[in-house]
Amino acid sequence: MNEPVLEIRNLNVDYGLGDQAVHAVRDVNLTLHRGEVLGLAGESGSGKSTLAYGLTRLLAPPGVITGGEVIYHPEKADPYDVLALSDNNLRKFRWAETAIVFQGAMNSLNPVHKISTQLNDVLQAHEPKMSAHSRNARCREMLKLVGISADRMDAYPHQLSGGMRQRVMIGMALILQPQVVIMDEPTTALDVVMQRQILGQLIELRERLGFSVIFITHDLSLLVEFSNRIAIMYGGRIVEEAPAAALYRDSLHPYSAGLLGSFPALRGPRRELSGIPGSPPDLKGMPSGCSFHPRCPKAFDPCSEHIPVLGRPDTTDGSTRTVACHLHPAQVPAGVSSPGER
Amino acid sequence: MKYILQRIAFYVFTAWAAMTLNFFIPRMIPGDPISALLARFQGQMNTDAIESLYVLFGIDKDASLWSEYVDYWKQLFNGDLGLSFSAFPTPVSEVISEALPWTVALVGITTVISFLLGTGLGVVAGWRRGTWVDGVLPVTTFLSSVPYFWLGLLAIYVLAGPDSFFPSSGGYDAGLVPYPDWAFISSALQHGILPALTILISSVSGWILGMRNMMVTVAAEDYITVAHAKGLPERRVAVAYAARNALLPNVSGFALALGFIVSGTFVLEIVFSYPGLGFLLFRAVGAKDYPLMQGIFLIITITVLVANLLADIVYLLLDPRTRKEG
Repeated sequence: MNEPVLEIRNLNVDYGLGDQAVHAVRDVNLTLHRGEVLGLAGESGSGKSTLAYGLTRLLAPPGVITGGEVIYHPEKADPYDVLALSDNNLRKFRWAETAIVFQGAMNSLNPVHKISTQLNDVLQAHEPKMSAHSRNARCREMLKLVGISADRMDAYPHQLSGGMRQRVMIGMALILQPQVVIMDEPTTALDVVMQRQILGQLIELRERLGFSVIFITHDLSLLVEFSNRIAIMYGGRIVEEAPAAALYRDSLHPYSAGLLGSFPALRGPRRELSGIPGSPPDLKGMPSGCSFHPRCPKAFDPCSEHIPVLGRPDTTDGSTRTVACHLHPAQVPAGVSSPGER
Repeated sequence: MKYILQRIAFYVFTAWAAMTLNFFIPRMIPGDPISALLARFQGQMNTDAIESLYVLFGIDKDASLWSEYVDYWKQLFNGDLGLSFSAFPTPVSEVISEALPWTVALVGITTVISFLLGTGLGVVAGWRRGTWVDGVLPVTTFLSSVPYFWLGLLAIYVLAGPDSFFPSSGGYDAGLVPYPDWAFISSALQHGILPALTILISSVSGWILGMRNMMVTVAAEDYITVAHAKGLPERRVAVAYAARNALLPNVSGFALALGFIVSGTFVLEIVFSYPGLGFLLFRAVGAKDYPLMQGIFLIITITVLVANLLADIVYLLLDPRTRKEG
């Protein structure tokens, strides 16, 4: 569980070039360990999806990676930097090592090709030596794995419901048995019942197949339940990272507290729901110092002047979590080395 | 299958409506064609002959409109389009069948080439957007807005002439007889190049532009990102995912554009005095040859409808969402 599988180091992503550039992701350090579910939460525009696109180099222009490294640790080979891969090697890396389930369940499948063609495509590209028969068998197996009967192989995407399409996408993501699966708000387009069903299935599959998950969502309540660790993003930076339970019990960053305060708990005493005042920051004109300070109820003098460093706080469980807040000055700045040693 | 039947029923209805209009319009034009013919014979006909001419042309003054209409349909089903006035007494069907192959060869082949070439280039231009290829776009925008006939006139003015390789008019050398030997075919090709190039240049840009813009739109779709994320080869993403979807609006655009293509190329035939349907229509109008005009309109209507039906069927084959099965 301690072994890292994906290390993001000082990743910076801009939209646009030069003076006009908008910094969507700034100096992000994040480590995904083998077999864990890492939740990534934040408001719209906090940079969580951009982070996911950046680390797989799928950014559409004008998105540019302006710095950093994404170190991938294969199971049996030496680690390498994904951002430095050649186009050819990048193609081989994609899906075989890191698969992605995208936000739009409805539009992720090509409308003019059968499900079987689209599943087959992956195998044809990555395992050209595989026979047509065994490819077919593998596709059927994957559909069965996500609970879709094999006779839907020849269906077109428009003949499937939204939930079925997203399950096909999950099946497709697992077809090459990748080490890392990135889920970019995989269930936002679905109703809550379907959401729960699919997530339950996903967790079950993860236990069986042992891949690691980066789960991106704006629904923190979902993460508290399903993930091992949670990272909170605000204004392109990670402001807090902690084990899910610890974050839920006592969050250190006022922004995390605000997010947690905006949904009700099922059990426990009644409390008033509170939102976060103000609106997400404009990435073109970020506030000075801590970008959250104009909305922060606990802001004090240094907040508007100095950008807080992400580091381990001075608390009893300080060794397992990091936070970027002047209320909890960093004891050991989290940097190149992996932050959570558990 | 049910969908195709529906479409066919729709086209049959449209054809009926068009042919009925075709029947009525010449009858609503003031004056009648016989007078025009009589004028040519300068009063050297007796009343009996005039009377029989009226019956022969199917505009018997004693017959009711309804019985004329029924007769019109009877004749149509027998392939009888009446007699041409200007080439009297040659049947219209014969006059048309002489001109038709020229138009089919020139317009048909160039339109298909233009569509395929334009779509292919559009795929490349759309996929490589943001590179030097974008520099070509203003040129295509300009060319696609130039009318065929103007480009044709320009081509004749600049390229054709007494000493030029390109003849300025006709479909083949005046001294030759239409016969499939080498001398005739090479002459026909030589005469066809300039009008064909004119059609190609002014119509291909429209397809390039349309396809390029659809490619750009489709390239932003989620499934394209997914295809990239899947690690598929670039070519496979461009062809099977992007172009395959971008093609759909272009096919329906093709059906819509057919009417314009036909009218545009007809004017072009007039410019080049090309012995096809367009030039024939031009002469028929000049000679007030109503049966010939009617015949040509009929052929145009049927061709456009059939081409539309074909485009519908192709669309059906390309887009699974329009197939309504279980």
